[in-house]
Amino acid sequence: MTRIDWLAIAPEVVVAAALLVVLAVDLFLPRERKYWVAALAVVGTTLAMVPVILMAVSGDNYSMFGGSYVVDDFALVLKGVFLVAGYLVLLISVSYIESDRYYQGEYYLLLLSSLLGSMVLTSARDLVVLFVALELTTGPLFLLAGWRKGDLRSNEASLKFFIIGVLSTGLMLYGMSLLFGLTGELSFEGIREAISTGGMASEPVLGLAVLLILVGFGFKVSAVPFHFWAPDTYQGSPPPVTAYLSVSSKLAGFVAMLAVIYLALPAATDFWGPALWLMAAVSMTVANLSALRQSHLIRLLAYSSVAQAGFMLVPFAGGAIAENGLSEGLGATVIYLVIYAVMNLGAFAVVIAGGRRIGSYEIADWRGLGSYSPRLGVMLAVFFLSLAGLPPLAGWFAKFVMFRAVLISTGPAGVWLAVIAAVNAVVAFYYYARVVKSAWFDQAPDEIPEDTETGPTGPLSLAMGIALVVVLVVGVFPGLATFFGDAAAALVP
Amino acid sequence: MDLLESWALSLIVFLPLVGALVALAIPKEREEAVKQWTLLVSVVTLILAVVVAARFDFGAAAGFQFEVDVPWISAIGANYHIGIDGISLPLLVLSALVVVLCVIYSWQHWDEPRNPRAFLILMMILATGMNGTFVALDLVLFFIFFELVLLPMYFMIGIWGDRTMRKIPGFRKEVETRLYAAIKFFIFTLFGSAFMLLGFLALYFKSGSGGQQSTFDIPELIARGHLFEGTFAWLVFGAMFLGFAVKVPMWPFHTWLPDAHTAAPTVGSVLLAAILLKLGSYAFIRIAIPILPDTARDWAPAIAVLAVIGIIYGSLACLAQTDVKRLIAFSSVGHMGFVMLGIATLTEVGINAAIIGMVAHGLITGLLFFLAGSIHHRYHTREMSRLGGNLKLMPVMGGILGFTAMASLGLPGLAGFWGEFMALLGSYQPLPGLSTSFFRTAMVIGAIGTVLTAGYMLWMLQKVNLGEPSSEWAGKEFQDVDRYEMAAWAPLIVLIVAVGVYPRLVLGATTDAVVGLVETAFRAVGG
Repeated sequence: MTRIDWLAIAPEVVVAAALLVVLAVDLFLPRERKYWVAALAVVGTTLAMVPVILMAVSGDNYSMFGGSYVVDDFALVLKGVFLVAGYLVLLISVSYIESDRYYQGEYYLLLLSSLLGSMVLTSARDLVVLFVALELTTGPLFLLAGWRKGDLRSNEASLKFFIIGVLSTGLMLYGMSLLFGLTGELSFEGIREAISTGGMASEPVLGLAVLLILVGFGFKVSAVPFHFWAPDTYQGSPPPVTAYLSVSSKLAGFVAMLAVIYLALPAATDFWGPALWLMAAVSMTVANLSALRQSHLIRLLAYSSVAQAGFMLVPFAGGAIAENGLSEGLGATVIYLVIYAVMNLGAFAVVIAGGRRIGSYEIADWRGLGSYSPRLGVMLAVFFLSLAGLPPLAGWFAKFVMFRAVLISTGPAGVWLAVIAAVNAVVAFYYYARVVKSAWFDQAPDEIPEDTETGPTGPLSLAMGIALVVVLVVGVFPGLATFFGDAAAALVP
Repeated sequence: MDLLESWALSLIVFLPLVGALVALAIPKEREEAVKQWTLLVSVVTLILAVVVAARFDFGAAAGFQFEVDVPWISAIGANYHIGIDGISLPLLVLSALVVVLCVIYSWQHWDEPRNPRAFLILMMILATGMNGTFVALDLVLFFIFFELVLLPMYFMIGIWGDRTMRKIPGFRKEVETRLYAAIKFFIFTLFGSAFMLLGFLALYFKSGSGGQQSTFDIPELIARGHLFEGTFAWLVFGAMFLGFAVKVPMWPFHTWLPDAHTAAPTVGSVLLAAILLKLGSYAFIRIAIPILPDTARDWAPAIAVLAVIGIIYGSLACLAQTDVKRLIAFSSVGHMGFVMLGIATLTEVGINAAIIGMVAHGLITGLLFFLAGSIHHRYHTREMSRLGGNLKLMPVMGGILGFTAMASLGLPGLAGFWGEFMALLGSYQPLPGLSTSFFRTAMVIGAIGTVLTAGYMLWMLQKVNLGEPSSEWAGKEFQDVDRYEMAAWAPLIVLIVAVGVYPRLVLGATTDAVVGLVETAFRAVGG
């Protein structure tokens, strides 16, 4: 039981090592050579992919620490996703962080710590490991959100995020302790069995525990009504951090939710099914309607990410309604997460690149972008329209599997949720299209913003290029994405 | 030979897309090279379509030919299943032809802000979407192609569209027509197709209820039609109806059409009218009716009512227009009303009428939009009150306009006649089980519609073509039809006459397929 399989934790070890190297090297680098830190972080994340791929090829499962830490297909797939997302965020960060020239080492250190947390999270199979990993993911982000310490908005972002984060952690922990008190178990498997053998599936205390845990996760994934921190925090944080928040941090919340709900609480569908149905419906609707009125690109993306969280919750509700819908729902959510991660990072990369040139994130100031920078204009259109879910861009398949997962139950609850999602998909198109309209249909301003980028632009372009290729290829051959869904769906017992 | 069998359709669909990618590599400044390349690609596509038509076995037009069926997204059971039968063949050829003509026409006619490369690339992507929709035999594949046409058209309208400012109710400030039209076009269509997708998915899951593997395959779903019944079928038909009816467009979902057609650049209007509108009515014939025949019969009276309202409303709206392009746009609402009336009868005659009506409308209204574009190009206005005496200023163009207007109002001997005539004929004797008196009433109202159509077309001709040129144009030189225009229009003129004189050009391909469709769908009642 105490034997440690080093291959199984190799990805985490590599990331942890990279983190320490970054910390050490940063101390000795002169200021003008700080970019080596970024390079080290990128190399570290790339290297961490190697054991993940090795394990994926061998196909073995590893279980350690008394079953608290498991490396199975679900964990591997999501480790891969976190690594790729982290890699892209690192690439996006380089030029932005470089140009500000302070705290570079700390920035990458914190980012890697958060990445380490989310990688451990994918393997967590008991409440304690899950909690620690989730906090390791979120903790560094409180600091990163306030990274521009001279900027009031950044301070506000950090403080808001911190207070809400602590609050949600408290609620979640309370729910977990109730769950522990009720079942006497910490591991997901133990909880599941205790609930089924003890006939506790309709126990009111279980209901309370589930709801508290869901509220905690609701904050993490920024679903309505627990989303109100998101717009301010997104707007105030440095944009690369926002990109990370909107993708990896949200992903972490979802992964924790998937594990807890599908592994520990599959029997409690009566509690989480309706709750998530409601959360999904309200998140989509409220966020989309709010997004319609935004004029600031990053705030718009914030509301968009809340709405997308709503779409991702839809398969949960579908899975709860349908018989045998759980694995379908899990697969659909994971596919959605994977596609969302890539297209949203692509969108942020474009917004950051454009923002540095234009010097503003007001949508109106982006008018005519397509005429003076067709490259950015095309990318902007591709990523935003992919977020809107238009074929043949990858986003369509995410929406497709979502509809599929909820329609698998032909009951009225599923159909209504599908209809709500369909109407929301149309509403969402409007605000994504507004950005495209500004960039392509509106007249460029008289003074075309000059390209004054001084930092290295290669990494940012590389990030955009990778995201672009993925969005186009997955859009035409969505079978590539279903691989992730199928692998993850094996989790459902 | 076998190579052609298996690759021809895929090439017709994807060659334009590949052409667009290659065009991306040609520097923007080398406009001539881009134009020549796109022309080459579209001509090769057309030749392939003609070769397919020539090798098409008309004796077996009811079945699918040139079929390809390979796994595509195996996890959800979606296949790359394409094929062609007598119903889709004419539309595919029409689509390939119109694209070539649009490339030729746009050779010298560029709306601001020019940029031919971007425009032609969008047109090629559009071609892939249109051709793909006509050959797709898998619901997911169909959905992808059906949606693929939206993006290029959105950009065409939004970038190259009409820049005049308009006050739109509900907007505080005046907005440019193109911006309003582009987003309206998109939102309407997307709204419909979101529900259409839900319908497709519902069909998919229900198709597995017989213990078989669920499927998106259209022929397979037709064979399993008995699984879909009752409220389920009614709702699914409703969902698909929303998607298709918006695209057609049927009254009352038509309001995007006048805006989009008027605001689009000339070539965009032509493609919209000639091909994009056909996607909706084609989907009714290909998907909704054969898969859900019984429900289609329940819905038929409602469709007929909307179709007839469309005919009358479209005609009356035409009479209220002052802008010649907007008038032509509204005439589409009326003509598509006839197409939908034909479909609603659910008879062989009616559905044949719908297809020949679609082809004729594609040829005629396509040409009318070309003409509207050229008139605007010469006069820089489309206000009918300022035009007049066009026949004197530009005899050739005036002549062609007169000819096309005659074709549009359904003059016997020209293509437009058959669609209207046969649709009315079909309504005289609808499918057994449908109320005869009801459809005969529809027929009478439709017939009144043909009179109104003649009325507004002649009124338009009188305003634009006849009379004395207004003093505004005195002393100005107008160039009559140039050779690019002639090259683009001549094939349409020839075909309008040919289909008019010899409708078997279209019906020869469609009849067997339509008979097969109606017999399979309504065998139980002996239709």
